[in-house]
Amino acid sequence: MATTKHTIVALVEDKPGVLNRMASLFRRRGFNIESIAVGHSEVPHLSRMTIVVGGATTMVEQVRKHLDKLVDVVKVSDITGDDMIARELALIKVKATSSTRSEIIQIVDIFRANIVDVASDSVTIEVTGDEEKINSLFNLLRGFGIKEITRTGRIAMTRGGSGSLPVQKKSPKARAKGQKTSR
Amino acid sequence: MKMTGAQMICESLVREGVEVIFGILGGAVLPLYDTFPQYPQLRHILVRHEQGAAHAADGYARATGKVGVCMATSGPGATNLVTGIANAHLDSVPVVAITGQVARPFIGKDAFQEVDITGITLPITKHNYLVLDAASLPRIVKEAFYLAKSGRPGPVLIDIPRDVFIDQAEFHYPSKVDLPGYKPTLQGHPAQIKKTAKLINEAQRPLIIAGRGVIISRAFTELKQLVEKAQVPVVTTLLGISCFPESHVLSYGMLGMHGMAYANMAVDAADLVIAIGMRFDDRATAKVSGFAPHANIIHIDIDPAEIGKNVRVDVPIVGDVKAVLQELNKLIISAEHIDWVQQLDDWRKEHPSTVIRDSEGLLPQFVIRKIYEVTQGKAIIVTGVGQNQRGAAQHYWYNKPNSLISSGGLGTMGFELPAAMGVKVGCPNETVWCIAGDGGFQMTIQELATIVQEKIAVKIAILNNGYLGMVRQWQEMFYKKRYVATPLSGPDFVKIADAYGFPGLRVKHKEEVVPAIQKATEEQGPFLIDFAIEPEENVYPMVPPGAALAEVLEEPKKEAEVLSDSAKLPVSNI
Repeated sequence: MATTKHTIVALVEDKPGVLNRMASLFRRRGFNIESIAVGHSEVPHLSRMTIVVGGATTMVEQVRKHLDKLVDVVKVSDITGDDMIARELALIKVKATSSTRSEIIQIVDIFRANIVDVASDSVTIEVTGDEEKINSLFNLLRGFGIKEITRTGRIAMTRGGSGSLPVQKKSPKARAKGQKTSR
Repeated sequence: MKMTGAQMICESLVREGVEVIFGILGGAVLPLYDTFPQYPQLRHILVRHEQGAAHAADGYARATGKVGVCMATSGPGATNLVTGIANAHLDSVPVVAITGQVARPFIGKDAFQEVDITGITLPITKHNYLVLDAASLPRIVKEAFYLAKSGRPGPVLIDIPRDVFIDQAEFHYPSKVDLPGYKPTLQGHPAQIKKTAKLINEAQRPLIIAGRGVIISRAFTELKQLVEKAQVPVVTTLLGISCFPESHVLSYGMLGMHGMAYANMAVDAADLVIAIGMRFDDRATAKVSGFAPHANIIHIDIDPAEIGKNVRVDVPIVGDVKAVLQELNKLIISAEHIDWVQQLDDWRKEHPSTVIRDSEGLLPQFVIRKIYEVTQGKAIIVTGVGQNQRGAAQHYWYNKPNSLISSGGLGTMGFELPAAMGVKVGCPNETVWCIAGDGGFQMTIQELATIVQEKIAVKIAILNNGYLGMVRQWQEMFYKKRYVATPLSGPDFVKIADAYGFPGLRVKHKEEVVPAIQKATEEQGPFLIDFAIEPEENVYPMVPPGAALAEVLEEPKKEAEVLSDSAKLPVSNI
């Protein structure tokens, strides 16, 4: 079975142990979670989570159904095939001397990234974008010597008017529909 | 009204209709146990090992349809529950487990008898809670019972620190739960039901595979209506046994690894499989790629995560079995499938899987058949796991709804005695037979003390072959008879019964079987019979591991000299 990268978004209760319950379902099947990003949603006590995981589509769909069964998970969907906006943020600390600093600044400008800290022997760059953009910037900066990099992992939502995971109580009908298409 | 945490739990349990709690106390739950005298309506049964508490709660829940409750202290008490919780999880049994925990300031410090039981039980519970303030207890207990019994039932664990039992808070019992992430689908999708009805109405060789979901949903009548109206033959999974009367002309027994040959052949030949409240377990389907090769498959289940998990499904219906069947039955046209039913009857005649051959020695299937005859099929049978379980599934006919209690998914040896205890407590007016092997029985034998102390009149039949028999059979068939670690000695079980303070008999010969069973039946309290059965008797039919259902091995013919036995079933007893 072919492995593809899946982007799963979930609306979850803001409670201790939720992350553990969700991660456990992936762990059990030997899936490696590539990234996971969590933050508050527009509704108090609910958090929105973006998980990126590689796996066979049927297996990921199985996990999605199990995520949906978790009591603390209000809603979950796999938006991999949808038209979506996906971004991540990275902080990159690069070695910089007086001779290389201006070249680094040029590259940073081209990528519309920001320099957020400057020290005598390094600069720290903040960059937002999709993974490819961050990877390209990383590759260009590698020659200068990367001291440290930290990335948030992907956050994503679908394009257009309706939210990918609007906060509303699921009607049984909507669920039945979802289940029909998700086969 | 202000109450202590311990009082709130008791108060909540009373409001949930709890009558009995199986458990063992210890330091962390002592404050809770200390309040029991204030609540005499809660009967506490002291078991001898917490695994027994979990299995007893499980048996109680299966037999009554109510939520079973077990209780243990922190640390080892909690971990001893784990097998029983996992067992309830895999068989979708509503159980609420309450464990004590070390006091809040000690959590996470490896305190005495501290264990992270919510972490440990995460994958084997439907949901679990660590309670951090007394005020949330009523809501949590309410949610726990609701979660355990609604939707696809399952175990829920509540872990309560010692000091939370002592803390005081205002008691308000909520009238309903607010769980935005939990909305089980009960009504099937009308379009899917319509599609299903069309397939059933058009099928030439339809077959129903009924599972435990029918029992959980108490959809006995609805299933029977569907079967009789559309004249669709029925086979069941192991846990589906007793969801449909087995002496019905359209009942063809159990399918699967040790199912009836004709049931497996029916699955192989069907052009439509209607799977109702079952989950296509590998013991039921055998090789998945060879499962029902000619059939469209309809899958009715309450759990959307079961749809398409193991087997391709053509029409899924997510919903409660009873609700779905009620709707479906309205759309079913009366039909007959004379050729198809005739075909199945011919197979049943040609491959009589429940024949008992004549023998000098005592055969386990003979014992089970006699229990069936003496009890007139009216007992509730609770089995262990292994040959005794397969024998009890094959050679006792279950016409009474929900009369077989067995550990299916986890396959827990040692389930039999504590579960039978729970069944008898839940159904005191029923005759409860615990059918055990000598291996499994020794795993939870300590509960004999509980049945004596609590006067629980369980009848115990030990099919004693001196082996871990099912594994020995595999060694014989697939490991060239290398009987590694399967020969098993045991105590004199009759003396054991005597030592615990109740009567028993040892039976070595066929003619002693019926009198012994009758004696057990007449006895008021518990009774044990140790049957010295043929040591190397195998269970047939058998689908070898990795084979498809149609590749079923039957009992070698040379031995099939038929015992003239009173026919209980139209054709299976030839």
